Amino acid sequence: MSSEKEPLFSAKNLKLITTPLGAQNPITNQVLGICSALAVTAKLEPAIVMSISVMFVLVFSNLIISLIRNTIPSRIRIIVQLVIVAALVILVDQILKAFAYEVSKQLSVFVGLIITNCIIMGRLEAFALGNKPWASVLDGIGNAAGYGMILVIVAFFRELLGAGTLTLPGLGTLQIVPDFLYDLGYVNNGLMILPPMALVTVGIIIWVQRSRNKDLIES
Amino acid sequence: MDRQGNTYTFLYASVMVIMVAAVLAFVSQSLKDLQDKNVEVAKKIDILKSVNIESTAVDAKDKFNKYIGENSFILNINGEKTSGVAFDVDLAKEIKKEDSDRQYPVYECTLDGGAKKYVIPVRGKGLWGPIWGYVSLNEDKNTIFGATFDHAKETPGLGAEINKEAFQKPFVGKQLFDNSGKFMSVKVLKSTDTSANLHAVDAISGGTITSKGLEAMLEDCLSGYEKFLKN
Repeated sequence: MSSEKEPLFSAKNLKLITTPLGAQNPITNQVLGICSALAVTAKLEPAIVMSISVMFVLVFSNLIISLIRNTIPSRIRIIVQLVIVAALVILVDQILKAFAYEVSKQLSVFVGLIITNCIIMGRLEAFALGNKPWASVLDGIGNAAGYGMILVIVAFFRELLGAGTLTLPGLGTLQIVPDFLYDLGYVNNGLMILPPMALVTVGIIIWVQRSRNKDLIES
Repeated sequence: MDRQGNTYTFLYASVMVIMVAAVLAFVSQSLKDLQDKNVEVAKKIDILKSVNIESTAVDAKDKFNKYIGENSFILNINGEKTSGVAFDVDLAKEIKKEDSDRQYPVYECTLDGGAKKYVIPVRGKGLWGPIWGYVSLNEDKNTIFGATFDHAKETPGLGAEINKEAFQKPFVGKQLFDNSGKFMSVKVLKSTDTSANLHAVDAISGGTITSKGLEAMLEDCLSGYEKFLKN
């Protein structure tokens, strides 16, 4: 324990939140969590709900693991991490079933997939096991936000171009592309709804990011 | 105590598992009522959807009372009414029984114009988990008026398409019995034009096992109603 107290939002701590949004983004830079990025981004609403669920699970699992990091026997640390993540995921699932049933039906498959979301295990292993609780919470927020940001961007373009609508929680499906465009012969691109286009969209985001930040390009 | 020793590891794992289990059991128990209510409302929405009445979680209860209310009953294999509440029948248990021991629930729905429809619940197996649905029949107890299906965890984009309008719409107008009165059910066929066939609809590309499961579900669940439907 260091004797002097670090401010809650010191520059170092803030960096924990901001780097995963940009240069160290879990999806575009570390290419983690791709599976769920493909699966839940056909519409905006599940993408938002998935992001919030992942943030909840990641923040709390990071916090819990960090709190008990000195007690975990290293031989069973992966199992301990799994049990805690799984328990949190079941909690999210139960809560969604009770308070947002429609959403939970759509997400039923994916909520289970949070357990195996590589981002979560990755952050637990790489960060929470070796850092203090507060830093781990920030790391969780940052990485989940970086993940959610890409999910929402991908879902935005896929739904807009694929269905001409945007589905927001609480607001339902909003038609964005006006009728007169359809009358003029505009057609929704059904391909955008299919999983391969999520990969292409993520690819374009990675391309844009790397062309703006040359440091990310591997030699 | 030695943090890397066997005793500590075993103790740690045991305590952790018991604590996690206790928390989960508590949450599950305390949210159960809310969840059951959601499931009940979802069931009402599905039943109403099979007779083409759109409803939301807010108005499902009122609409259900208005169009169906108490007009539901349970049949046995011989088409005779038995006691019990149709809404409470758990199909998941019924489909495991022999045909002759099952309870066969029917919801009688009176639409705004006074037309009467019969809604029959169906349940079966998809690829990854259960699939279920509701089939509504016209007064002739033969022609399908509407059908709605849903699933627990079929593959998104493939088997999961059974809960989409595009798959359910073609069921409308199909017939369960042929002209001679033989029970035909509705087949789910691959790559043929089924629009003219009164006893088949088009399957989902890439969702073969779900499609087959749905076909088996219809056959299995509807055949028990034969006596009732022929009356």
